[in-house]
Amino acid sequence: MNLAFSTAWPVLWAQQATQTAWLDEPMLLGISRQWVIWIAWLALGFFGLFPGIVAYMVWAERKVAARFQDRIGPNRVGPLGLLQPIADAIKLITKENIVPGSADKVVHLLAPVLLLVSAFLTLAVIPFGFGGKVGNRLTGLTPIDLPSGLLYLIAVSSMSSLGIFLAGWASRNKYSLLGAMRAVAQLVSYEVPQVLATVPIILWTGSLSLVAILNHQVEFGWFIFSPPGFMAFVLLTIANIAEVNRTPFDLPEAESEIIAGYHTEYSGMRFGLFFLAEYLSVFSVSCLGTILFLGGGSLPLFDLRDLLSDNTTSFVFVNAITVGVFSVKVILYVFLMFWIRATLPRMRVDQLMAFAWKMMVPLSIINILIAAIWQEVVVGHNLNYIPVFGDTFRGWLVTVPLEIVAVFLVFWIHRVTREDSAPALASARRPAASLVR
Amino acid sequence: MILTQYIFVGLLLLGAIGFALAPLAVVLLVAPVKRSKSKSDTYECGVLTTGETWIRFRIQYYIYALMFVVFDIETVFLYPWAVAYGGLGTFALIEMVVFLALLSVGLAYAWAKGVLRWV
Repeated sequence: MNLAFSTAWPVLWAQQATQTAWLDEPMLLGISRQWVIWIAWLALGFFGLFPGIVAYMVWAERKVAARFQDRIGPNRVGPLGLLQPIADAIKLITKENIVPGSADKVVHLLAPVLLLVSAFLTLAVIPFGFGGKVGNRLTGLTPIDLPSGLLYLIAVSSMSSLGIFLAGWASRNKYSLLGAMRAVAQLVSYEVPQVLATVPIILWTGSLSLVAILNHQVEFGWFIFSPPGFMAFVLLTIANIAEVNRTPFDLPEAESEIIAGYHTEYSGMRFGLFFLAEYLSVFSVSCLGTILFLGGGSLPLFDLRDLLSDNTTSFVFVNAITVGVFSVKVILYVFLMFWIRATLPRMRVDQLMAFAWKMMVPLSIINILIAAIWQEVVVGHNLNYIPVFGDTFRGWLVTVPLEIVAVFLVFWIHRVTREDSAPALASARRPAASLVR
Repeated sequence: MILTQYIFVGLLLLGAIGFALAPLAVVLLVAPVKRSKSKSDTYECGVLTTGETWIRFRIQYYIYALMFVVFDIETVFLYPWAVAYGGLGTFALIEMVVFLALLSVGLAYAWAKGVLRWV
């Protein structure tokens, strides 16, 4: 890749200038094209389709979880229980809103709103398809293509820890406060590996724009196909699951210990907002994982842009394929999260924090260095990531052993330094043994 | 061009606030309101709440927050380095290795001091 800094930028600026002129033209009743497109995004996408997707994600999760537990799941309201989300929405809206007498009323109202806003804002920079073509560069079917898109995304998604903390604090309930404290500690700890896992991608792409990251993958292969990329994908996925408080990282809302954690004092539609925000952020982290590592809406080994080169295939057709491929990947990613939820039990608090700081942070730091080596060997020479024999294979030869050594090193250090389990278990066993005797 | 894109962020922000408040407004219209003393009590498994809830909390969380700030600032330094890396060459790599090594020493020190042990 390596855009030569001196020559490439004027070209990009010129392209953006022509695009700006096109967008500024009046389209409807004197409103410029840009505004029509934005209003369409808001009306159809953000406040139309996305809440619908989220509602049916809840239905899908209940169905999937039921199958994992050898049940049928919702099947009473409509065929296959398909009207269940609508019934739930009606139920939530017609329930009484109870605010505890001792709570801070304003903050109690503000907290779920803040969470939902944070979940919506993260979706603003996701490229869902390939969109318009400027020069040789596809601009992405995205509301906005910020040059610092990834930084923006991380900034607004970390607002959610504030919302959760406000909810727990304002409720004036001891279980809520415990849940909120746990949530903040967890979100803050897992944000570090989450952010560090994205550094290799920025390193290879040389840009923070998600559209540029997508275009780079269309050109050179998906990032998951490189050893450091795969490691970063695993780290990011684990951190993502922790960031949206899902099993095995759902300590902030552990029912058996602290009722429902930070949303214990919420009922009716305010609880519904928490629910909506949680699933919306599941959707947005799935989109993020897909864009960063799974090549967005692109197909492997086949460049969809080739369809456009003869000017006969319509843009809409190519974008329909792209959005379809993107959706399939997002669905698989979400299913992975459902699967993990149905499989793994909840972690203990000390295990949770130790896992973030003693394993994921060191691993992601080492991974950045290995990614720099991959950059030197493969990306810097404009090679494809698929391990064909030759120069790319040399990169695999160097980085795969390094990754394995890194994983073993981190696990070994963790095993040597940990001071709990063995003696604690031994002392716990002793009284039982004496009882038997 | 770039700054005007943030207009959309502003629109989305307002829209999201409206989207969150609209169902709450509907709740005001359609949902029943039956207040009672015991309903507005703090819900702690049916046991009456004792003592003050808004207290000073344990120091452990504060230490983790400090660690987070250190590593978050590290990331702020890493991002521009990663964006410009393609044009900087091997010297930048060595510099960043030194930087990461310093931070790793910090993490190892915190680890050895038992800061990362949850008690």
